[in-house]
Amino acid sequence: MGPLRLRWDHVRDLGVKELWSLARDPFLLGLILFAFTVSVYAGTKVSPETLQHTPIAIVDEDRSQLSSRLRDAFLPPYFQAPRLVDADAMERRLDAGLDTFALRIPPRFQRDLLAGRQPVLQLQVDATRMGQAFSGAGYVQRIVQDEVRRFGGARSAGVPSENGASEPVELVIRARFNPELSRVWFGSIMQVINQVTLLSLLLTGAALIRERERGTLEHLLVMPVTPLEIMLAKVWSMGLVVLVAATASLQLVVRGLLQVPIAGSLPLFLAGTALHLFATTSLGILLGTLARSMPRFGLTLLMVVLPLQMLSGSITPRESMPVWVQLAMLVAPNTHYVILGQGVLYRSAGLATVWPQFLWLALIGSAFFGIALARFRRTLGAAG
Amino acid sequence: MSHPVVRCRNLTHRYGGRQALAGVSFELGEGQLLGLVGPDGVGKSSLLGLIAGARRLQRGQLEVFGGSMAMGEHRRAICQRIAYLPQGLGRHLHASLTVAENLRSFAALFSLPRPERDRRCTALLASTGLAPFRERPAGQLSGGMKQKLGLCCALVHDPDLLLLDEPTTGVDPLARRQFWQLIADVRRVRPALAVLVATATMEEAADFDRLLALDGGQVLAATSPAELLARTASASLEEAFIALLPAERRQRHRPVRIPPAPPAAAEVVIEAQSLSRRFGTFTAVDGVDLRIQRGEIFGFVGSNGCGKTTTMKMLTGLLPASGGQAWLLGRPVRPDDLDTRRRVGYVSQSFSLYGELSVRQNLTLHARLFGLPGSVRQARVRDLLERFDLTAVADRLPSALPQGQRQRLALAVALIQQPEVLILDEPTSGVDPVAREAFWQELIQLSRQEGVTIFISTHFINEAARCDRLSLMHAGRMLVSATPAELARQRGGGSLEQAFLAILRDAGGGAADDPPAGWAAPMAMPTAGRWPGRWQGQGGGFSLQRLASVAGRETLELWRDPLRAVLALAGSLLLMVVMGLGISFDVDNLRFAVLDHDGTSFSRDYADTLAGSRYFTATPPLGDHRDLDRRLASGRLSLALEIPPGFGRSLLRGSPVAIGAWIDGAMPQRAETARGYLQGIHGQWLRERDERQQAPRRPPGEAGRGEPVLVETRFRYNPELRSLTAMVPAMIPLLLLLLPAMLTALSVVREKELGSVVNLYVTPLTRLEFLLGKQLPYAALGLLNFLLLTLVATTVLGVPLRGSLATATLAAGLYVGAATGFGLLVSSFMASQISAIFGTAVLTILPALSFSGLFDPVSSLTGLSAWISRIYPTTHFLTITQGTFLKGLGFGALAGAFLPLLLAIPVLLGLSVLCLRPQES
Repeated sequence: MGPLRLRWDHVRDLGVKELWSLARDPFLLGLILFAFTVSVYAGTKVSPETLQHTPIAIVDEDRSQLSSRLRDAFLPPYFQAPRLVDADAMERRLDAGLDTFALRIPPRFQRDLLAGRQPVLQLQVDATRMGQAFSGAGYVQRIVQDEVRRFGGARSAGVPSENGASEPVELVIRARFNPELSRVWFGSIMQVINQVTLLSLLLTGAALIRERERGTLEHLLVMPVTPLEIMLAKVWSMGLVVLVAATASLQLVVRGLLQVPIAGSLPLFLAGTALHLFATTSLGILLGTLARSMPRFGLTLLMVVLPLQMLSGSITPRESMPVWVQLAMLVAPNTHYVILGQGVLYRSAGLATVWPQFLWLALIGSAFFGIALARFRRTLGAAG
Repeated sequence: MSHPVVRCRNLTHRYGGRQALAGVSFELGEGQLLGLVGPDGVGKSSLLGLIAGARRLQRGQLEVFGGSMAMGEHRRAICQRIAYLPQGLGRHLHASLTVAENLRSFAALFSLPRPERDRRCTALLASTGLAPFRERPAGQLSGGMKQKLGLCCALVHDPDLLLLDEPTTGVDPLARRQFWQLIADVRRVRPALAVLVATATMEEAADFDRLLALDGGQVLAATSPAELLARTASASLEEAFIALLPAERRQRHRPVRIPPAPPAAAEVVIEAQSLSRRFGTFTAVDGVDLRIQRGEIFGFVGSNGCGKTTTMKMLTGLLPASGGQAWLLGRPVRPDDLDTRRRVGYVSQSFSLYGELSVRQNLTLHARLFGLPGSVRQARVRDLLERFDLTAVADRLPSALPQGQRQRLALAVALIQQPEVLILDEPTSGVDPVAREAFWQELIQLSRQEGVTIFISTHFINEAARCDRLSLMHAGRMLVSATPAELARQRGGGSLEQAFLAILRDAGGGAADDPPAGWAAPMAMPTAGRWPGRWQGQGGGFSLQRLASVAGRETLELWRDPLRAVLALAGSLLLMVVMGLGISFDVDNLRFAVLDHDGTSFSRDYADTLAGSRYFTATPPLGDHRDLDRRLASGRLSLALEIPPGFGRSLLRGSPVAIGAWIDGAMPQRAETARGYLQGIHGQWLRERDERQQAPRRPPGEAGRGEPVLVETRFRYNPELRSLTAMVPAMIPLLLLLLPAMLTALSVVREKELGSVVNLYVTPLTRLEFLLGKQLPYAALGLLNFLLLTLVATTVLGVPLRGSLATATLAAGLYVGAATGFGLLVSSFMASQISAIFGTAVLTILPALSFSGLFDPVSSLTGLSAWISRIYPTTHFLTITQGTFLKGLGFGALAGAFLPLLLAIPVLLGLSVLCLRPQES
């Protein structure tokens, strides 16, 4: 008799209806396929703000043995083969954004060096390319210094050198979890995470608006079905679709095509994904109730998706963001999902390590679900 | 008479596997009025669509005004001589535009000279009685007024052929009469006008010159109404039509007979007492009182928008009442009363079932939701499929069915739980006579045999006459409530229709809907004085006037729904600020911890040096390797150092020793940066140690002599290395791509979904004019957005604008042209708004973020991504924004980036034109 009883068979039946709706929409199916294959594949081919194939130009006014050795010192994959240009072209290329670095070797460079006069090299950095500028400037300097030192060592090869050969304290650096620091490993999984978020928001929110525009939503309410049941049905069905698509993408595209070894427990990650989907599908419904028409929903979606993708730590590290952004992004499910994904998939972290993320996702999901349900009930003008 | 206006031979049309027209031949001459009659789904709409040029001709010959409609050239040449009023009340009108604006925008599509246009608009509005409502949005008109406006829009260009597709479906009796009166008047003034009307209402057809009875895509008869009656020896056209049907279909038809109502059981099932509903200041329902008894068929008649639907929704609990009280089955109506819902079946006006579920799936889903147990469920579904003659189409989608069958399905669905009360909101509007009769058989069966109480609203007089009792509603009030016979006797002199008209006039309904007497006079004026150059040089070529009309209309719609524009402008500002501040490449405060096996001052000194830099932050030391593994795995540590035992001793002795460092490689770029920092600090520590040892022997001032050469680093364009300064000029291209593309894509697809795209098919409007007109307002909005972003960036965020603002603005103009072009392209091949949103998001976010140099210089990309980046407009606009904002460049230095932007616009526009269909298939 109570108005708040929940019938799970209704949730199941309505969810199956959602699945049928999706199955009969070839455009949406095609786009889901595209998102989890082409987008993931293409997205991993980029390496945000890292030194990879970094374009560098050299203005060689010395034309000495040393300057040509410097030219050869910049090697792929970090750098592209340096382009030898004159001073004018260097300016032009920097202006056009073609080169990130330009190294200018002054005349009489080698001679000054050999004479012990400490010559000065000029390194121009395009600081609009923040990522490359930061890590790259130091790297270029080190390559130059090493090469110069090696040049000095080779010149005095006959005489055994005391401190030119090896440092007194060696620093052995190894990268854990991704020894090669491969961007594909990182990028592919972050792409999957981004697509999961985009799709789950879109499928639930837009489907809700479509139902309302067609009047089928109202019709449900003359039946013994409650808004809670309708919402739960949308959450599980659309969540399931995205979960299945993401799993297939991880197995076939990421593991298969891109050959990324997944170290951690896939089931644990998928459990986290399910929880994340609970939060994002609820958010999608919330956006659907707020936007009221498709054009507004499209805009709102962009407003939400962009910060979620860009500030969640999947592009730049969270630690580098201003504190207020870090704090604000704590309420975004993506933030925790990204931490969880990195922990489980790269570092083989177990539940003992990532339980806080699970907890966060559950809390955020419940909060979104609660708010969405309240709004959903209000927009339908019905309780129960 | 020279040529017939329309001549078709063996016209055949298929939708997938379904035959809509199977060899239809007929002719329509000048000045004739031909009625297409027949049940739903027999191909009436397809035929009209073909003649209007909205659908592509498949097989057979179709000549209109002496030329074949298969030829695009001819279609364009004659389309301004045709007026087409498509099915569905005002679907082709623009709901947010006012009456006058709608009319003007249609007039502009036909290149009427301005004075002529204004004259005709005024005359038409006066003739149809719409003049007092010229400032009312079309979406808020009643059905009858919508159709009048539709007629105005159709007549504004003075056509020679008028195509009306079920123009009075869903229109109340008074408005329907007026509509036909208007048509008669127009024909009197314009005797040459040929009119082709499709209708499912046989009563109307009696007044037509000739009838073309269609069934199953074939012509049953082509004759005058009188002849038809004579030939079939029938009293009414409905009977005549049924007599024409093939024997097996005819057998199924039985005339509707209503057994007398059972003696009053005196049990009131539906009751309302002074039920009211207000929306803001508007009172939709004003003090309605109702008492409906068990087993009664209670009719509800009234014009569109008079409050019928609102009343019904309040009775079902869908809408809370603002005043008064209602009871259903003896219980007060409450929205959360699930038990009452089980006992009530409701078919709403707009309910279109689940288009993506098959007929059987629709029934099964409802059966499940009403909790029918498995065995009963299957039997019940089978039962209903048979009873409503849906077995043959059980596995088809409802969207593929004719309206009549859809409506039967809706009733079947409402009956699935065997309700005691049925509330039906205009269930038969748009349903043909045969189907309607069958529908009523069902209702009578339900009422008389099964004791179901039926509350039904309708526009049809003959349906109203079948009700046990009925009430007439007008402007939110119930005017009268009686049995049909009483009503006809008291007010109509025996005719129910007359009674309605009389009551409505008394209530002042005529004031809104009655045409003024003098239609002919104002109409005669514009028709007599045909404007010079009528139809000359139109249709072909490109018309700025049509383009301006589309653009003006779009601007108005954007203006009427300002939230979209505000959302785009304010949202982009917010995103620019948040993301500009949030995305920082300054990797610092990397957490590290030391596993110190040495524990001497040397090892501590090493760790302190690291902790002293701004790049690293020390966390509590590590206990052992397990601890190290655990903390690295948790992600709370970016770097772990292991200092070996005897580190200090080896250092003193000068023997080689190694420090182990583990970097968290999960985020490669962070790891790379951390590695760079660590190496730098390590080297620095070594040198400083070296210098401390040798310091006494060295003259001061030569501390820097550790390196053989000096590398002087100049950070150009952004010397203070401020992330915000670098990010904002990169964010602007991103935002100016996504938002305008999304807005444009949705605006076109929305027209497709709502149906107003038919105007593109049947008017002289070309695809290029249509797309460009859609594009311009959003491009202008995008440019405004750019200026706003620039203003905030330079003033609030302190980003310098070192180069030429004019150059940046010019580039932004081109760029938003390309961005909106993307939207057009997506919308030209997407059919639904969801796919358009999805497509736009997928096709813009990734390339803009990844392949346009936002994070990675384009020159670093290889392979496919390099290729994409080279043609993607964002790449080039990014070069320009960075060049103008940060590098202080002017047009000269950036000219190279303009060319791709300039090319992108015609390419995208051209592709969109190619992808957009000029006709429905």
